[in-house]
Amino acid sequence: MIAWLLQPWPWYISGPLIGLTVPLLLLLSGKSFGISSSLRYIGCAIVPHSKLDYLRSVAWREHSWNLIFVLGVAVGGFIASHFLSAAPIAFLPNSYQSVSGVIALAIGGILIGFGTRYANGCTSGHTIMGLSLLSWPSLVASVFFFIGGLISTNLVVRWLFAG
Amino acid sequence: MRQFYILLVGIYFGIVLVKSEVVSWFRISKMFQFQEAYMYLIIASAVVVGAISIFLIKRLHGKTVFGEDIMPQAKPYQKGVIIGGTLFGIGWAITGACPGPIYAQIGSGNLLALVTFIGALGGMFLYAVLQPKLPH
Repeated sequence: MIAWLLQPWPWYISGPLIGLTVPLLLLLSGKSFGISSSLRYIGCAIVPHSKLDYLRSVAWREHSWNLIFVLGVAVGGFIASHFLSAAPIAFLPNSYQSVSGVIALAIGGILIGFGTRYANGCTSGHTIMGLSLLSWPSLVASVFFFIGGLISTNLVVRWLFAG
Repeated sequence: MRQFYILLVGIYFGIVLVKSEVVSWFRISKMFQFQEAYMYLIIASAVVVGAISIFLIKRLHGKTVFGEDIMPQAKPYQKGVIIGGTLFGIGWAITGACPGPIYAQIGSGNLLALVTFIGALGGMFLYAVLQPKLPH
């Protein structure tokens, strides 16, 4: 049992467990599952007197649950990596440990931050939560996440590694 | 108490993200090259479980442990889901991380994820600046 737990979990275990985050969060807190809005509230917390409408128009303390949630995700990552893994997980190809790799991650990060805020959600809020609500705007969002990923992996990333 | 529960659900989600390996660039890359069905099966089974859960909560008028009604709201349509969605997808495949996995990677001690995270904060600020000018 323990040995099995320390291996990567198969999709038919981990997929449903990811889906269960939706009812767990609803039943234990009444909150809708989502991650990327945390970026906005971190922004509000960093720049409390911003002149920008996007950061000023929201009372981030009312959404501070989202920051507690993502703190939990980081703690969960720590626990899984340090206590529940027989072998270290490979997050990124070694080629990212270079100046060009770091620049690629920074640009990718900017696209994630800008894109998820413009789309008002990410794979959590749109693909998992939104599709669970049978929401068509979230389906449109998820389709375009996928189109962006297809373009990126097959053109951008291939080009990054060509050099 | 509510915040403690939220922290616990976050920890649960972070553990599952790592143990499912959806935090790995290699899994994302194989998905977008149609080399393995793994990510599709993860996402599909997660959505099926999420949708059944919401159906049951609505049908049974489920309440929170604090006795409140549960009324999750769908997000409205706006043009950002197309333009922003595509840009996010591009970033997702470059970094191998969507926002949840960024936090899980940082917690795992992957220092490069800090670069992705700081970039994502920068992207959020960029959106905050450009928001009034963007089509929605």
